[in-house]
Amino acid sequence: MARVGRGGTAATGEEAAVDLQRSEDQELLRETTRKFLDTTCPVATVREWADKEPDGYPAEWWRRGAELGWTSLLVAEEDGGGSVSGHGLLDLVLVAEELGRTVAPGPLVPTNVVAAALSASGNEAHKAEVLAPILAGESVAAWCLAEPGGRWSAEGVAATARPAGGGYVLDGVKSPVEAAAAADHLLVVARVDGALTQFLVPRHAPGVHVTPLDSIDLVRRVATVELDSVAVDASAVVGEVGGAADDIERQLQLAVAVQCAHMVGAVDAMFSVTLEYSFDRYTFGRPLASYQALKHRFADMKLWLEACHATAFGAARAVDGGSDRAAEYVSVAKSYIGDKAPAMLSDCVQLHGGIGVTWDHDLHLYIRRVVLERSLMGTPEDHRERIAVRLGM
Amino acid sequence: MAESTATEDVEAFRLRARAWLAENMPRLAEGVDNHQIMVEDEYAVRARQLQRTLFDGGFAGICFPVEYGGLGLSRAHQQAFTQESIPYEMPVVFNTPTLSILAPTLMDFGTEEQKRRHIPAMLKGEELWVQFLSEPSGGSDLAGLVTRATRDGDVFILNGSKIWSSGAFRADYALCLARTNWHAPKHRGITCFILKIHQPGIEVQQIKMVNGWNEFCQEFFDDVAVPVEDVVGEIDDGWTVASRLLIHERNAVGGASPYTSGMAGGSVGRGIGAHLAGVARDLGRQDDPRVRQLVAECRVLDRVGQQLVERVTTGISSGHFPAPAGSLPRLFAATSGERNFDIGLEVIGAHAAGWTEGERAGELARAFLMRQGGSLGGGSNEMQRNIISERVLGMPREFAADKDRPFDEVLHNAAPSRPGGAGG
Repeated sequence: MARVGRGGTAATGEEAAVDLQRSEDQELLRETTRKFLDTTCPVATVREWADKEPDGYPAEWWRRGAELGWTSLLVAEEDGGGSVSGHGLLDLVLVAEELGRTVAPGPLVPTNVVAAALSASGNEAHKAEVLAPILAGESVAAWCLAEPGGRWSAEGVAATARPAGGGYVLDGVKSPVEAAAAADHLLVVARVDGALTQFLVPRHAPGVHVTPLDSIDLVRRVATVELDSVAVDASAVVGEVGGAADDIERQLQLAVAVQCAHMVGAVDAMFSVTLEYSFDRYTFGRPLASYQALKHRFADMKLWLEACHATAFGAARAVDGGSDRAAEYVSVAKSYIGDKAPAMLSDCVQLHGGIGVTWDHDLHLYIRRVVLERSLMGTPEDHRERIAVRLGM
Repeated sequence: MAESTATEDVEAFRLRARAWLAENMPRLAEGVDNHQIMVEDEYAVRARQLQRTLFDGGFAGICFPVEYGGLGLSRAHQQAFTQESIPYEMPVVFNTPTLSILAPTLMDFGTEEQKRRHIPAMLKGEELWVQFLSEPSGGSDLAGLVTRATRDGDVFILNGSKIWSSGAFRADYALCLARTNWHAPKHRGITCFILKIHQPGIEVQQIKMVNGWNEFCQEFFDDVAVPVEDVVGEIDDGWTVASRLLIHERNAVGGASPYTSGMAGGSVGRGIGAHLAGVARDLGRQDDPRVRQLVAECRVLDRVGQQLVERVTTGISSGHFPAPAGSLPRLFAATSGERNFDIGLEVIGAHAAGWTEGERAGELARAFLMRQGGSLGGGSNEMQRNIISERVLGMPREFAADKDRPFDEVLHNAAPSRPGGAGG
């Protein structure tokens, strides 16, 4: 019963045509990340941290992850960051996929989004005082975009920033916000005279109220952030006053590309476990793997899994390269993977039988994770609406 | 004709091709592509003339060896020419299967005499070829074929029937598999023949499909004499030839063949999602949130399908995937195709019951009748799922009652009788 194993092949061409062609440096990044995760947070540890760690992970663990490059890949070298391949997002999605394999905790999406935003549009003080500790893994930041009932789009933003005394006063409610409780800084999307603007707000500023929500995920935390007349200096603005729409779109694209890779990593891991199980589990004197009804289900899952890999990479490559199609491709990927990932993990449960719906089996941690990612930064339905708009409808 | 260009660099070749195309090939009308032209009736005659024009101009068979009438140039030259050719009418009917599947199979297994007789003729537009593989007695079980070839001195006598050959009525030759040894296990008693289609004893019938297409054919063989020198490969070893043919077919379908010239559908390729968006606008349904979701879903499937093809073709050539992973894009195209047909019906709503002539909704309604076509042709979805589970995932093979048994001891369907006879 020799199976065809996963055999990564090193890149030789000038540009990676697919994610199967990685550079040696990228392979090294993947390998060190995988080894670090295998030793520091196998799934059993994730379960322990769920109960023990208020943020879902020990601060020291995140700092060590940052040393491997987890927080700096989207940041320019002159700001203290740097990629391993010259394509920071293509490096970061490798990390995201590995974290997905072990349902690792950590604010990978929010810190990277905020780091990229500060590197691209922040002022010197933002970079020195806020970005540097994020890169070192000593500080966490959260991105506050969605509002209750909102659709993770600019249209859904009602929060306001009123000019006052040379600075601004922020009011509004942001929810759900990942890692808000762990964060030292919040990057808040609000409207100045109706126009979109981003503000860097200290998490403990007067008037900022963070209320943790019950999260579907055991170790990734989400919260509601209320901004009740929060006064900030003019220097809190990141980018142009009233001109943040393009930055927000770019940040959303980065976030979704990372999410998609993360979901693919999670599903890939559980597909392997379930396939293995089908060879080991016997019924009526035969392994499950010998039944055609089940083989065909595995064939479909393999198809969807490879399609998920393909579109996740297609999205990351388009965003990384600044392609005209980047907006469409991230929405294609989020729509496809956001639907398929929970469905495939549900198939994994079915193929496991009753053990699959027990607390002790790891499958539910993966289902929790993909439901979380499916729901943050736009649901598949939201992203299909974005596609419909792009089709001129 | 080709020797002088053998070392020409790609960019020089491209520029020379560009000038020659503008001078010699008919330009396509706006919005028309080579795919649409293919269904016109006088097309085959025109395609033969255009193929001859390519040959006379020194641009046919770019990657074919010089000794067989080709140019002996690289894949990069071929791709450059195809890119330059997109605005022009091209004889793309010669691409598949003649040039991309059957010519390379002949180059792999044909005798020197066979290659010199047929490959230059293909490149000159004189010989259009088809495949005689499938039989009415069994679709998925190709090696279980029952067309009989019986040796009689210097000839084999063929009896039986082939089906699903595209455009056989207008073609000249076929590569045909027939059983020559009934005492050997099924894969070891098959021989591959070159068969002249229009000759006494062969009747070609076009098959009318549910949507009115009649490209597919069925052929009936009644004591057809085939000279021994038209055997390709070894007698009783036709399965080896067929296996290689199927690899060339996979390359052709996946767009990886170096032997094609020009591109069908090259100027369109907008996909079903964009098409449906236009239909929804025609019908005034573009603001219906449900329609918007459905149309966007088609767009998602279009894009993911393209991305999957890229992933799998690259992965197979790098060795990340085994060759049978080629079934993945095939199954994706078939299953997402089914979904697209369903969505098409939903988008047009009541217009599926009746429409004004020329309305795009009508095309979508009629297209639904062929919903299963893509899930059947070239190996059913169920066969693809067997291939993926067994040869990609390594799961146990299905039980086969005919394994290692002489074919005449294996239960199989009878060869069909002639048209007008009983059964069929």
